[in-house]
Amino acid sequence: MDAATSPRPPNFCWDTVRVVDRTALAVVSAGGVLGALTRWAISVTWPGTVWTTWAINVSGCFLIGVLYTRVERRIPRLLIGTGFLGGYTTFSTAMVEVSVAGLVYLAATLTGCLLAVLAGSLLARR
Amino acid sequence: MTALLVALGAAVGAPLRYLVGQWVKDHRGTLVVNVAGSFVLGLVLGLPLSPGLVAMLGTGFCGALTTYSTFSWEILTLSKRGEIAAAVGYALLSITAGMGAAVIGGALAHTLVS
Repeated sequence: MDAATSPRPPNFCWDTVRVVDRTALAVVSAGGVLGALTRWAISVTWPGTVWTTWAINVSGCFLIGVLYTRVERRIPRLLIGTGFLGGYTTFSTAMVEVSVAGLVYLAATLTGCLLAVLAGSLLARR
Repeated sequence: MTALLVALGAAVGAPLRYLVGQWVKDHRGTLVVNVAGSFVLGLVLGLPLSPGLVAMLGTGFCGALTTYSTFSWEILTLSKRGEIAAAVGYALLSITAGMGAAVIGGALAHTLVS
């Protein structure tokens, strides 16, 4: 499209809006809502300890290892991976909880999550 | 009611993470949302907000904006490719910047309240 027929000059925001895949956005949003609600439901069932967040993050990392190793198709990866597991696990709460639970908690989360994603991907290999 | 507020926050946080990932490629997009979300959560928890707002902005928005699962997967992927230095650097940078951002957010909230 040349300058004469272009409705407006190209700029970052407009181009971004145009190229965004609305299906992907909707799928990620729906999965993210379900994941966040699952995390919230678990945290109100077992409140008062940072180890609830630890268990959520470690289980979510195991599942993404399985999913991304086994599933190739884009929409299930967006819905369950980017959406659900992204909304289910949380980096921000894990960071804030370090000030309460200390560096042992930080190390336990990182090692637990890395071992979990590795275990998930190894178990899912065909 | 709380569930609805968590869902509302997550309905914005999760697609925003996807959009940042489209704009900032590779694991740098995850780094950006994780550090930004840690800052916002530090701020939210430091301000005298109602439990409903904390559920929406903290549990919903920040929880869905940030992710530990994609973060772990990216470290695994970098390691499998043999980029061990990049994997270790990414992990250390995310954690130090994330904790720093949460502390700065909390300190900013403290300044705003007092």
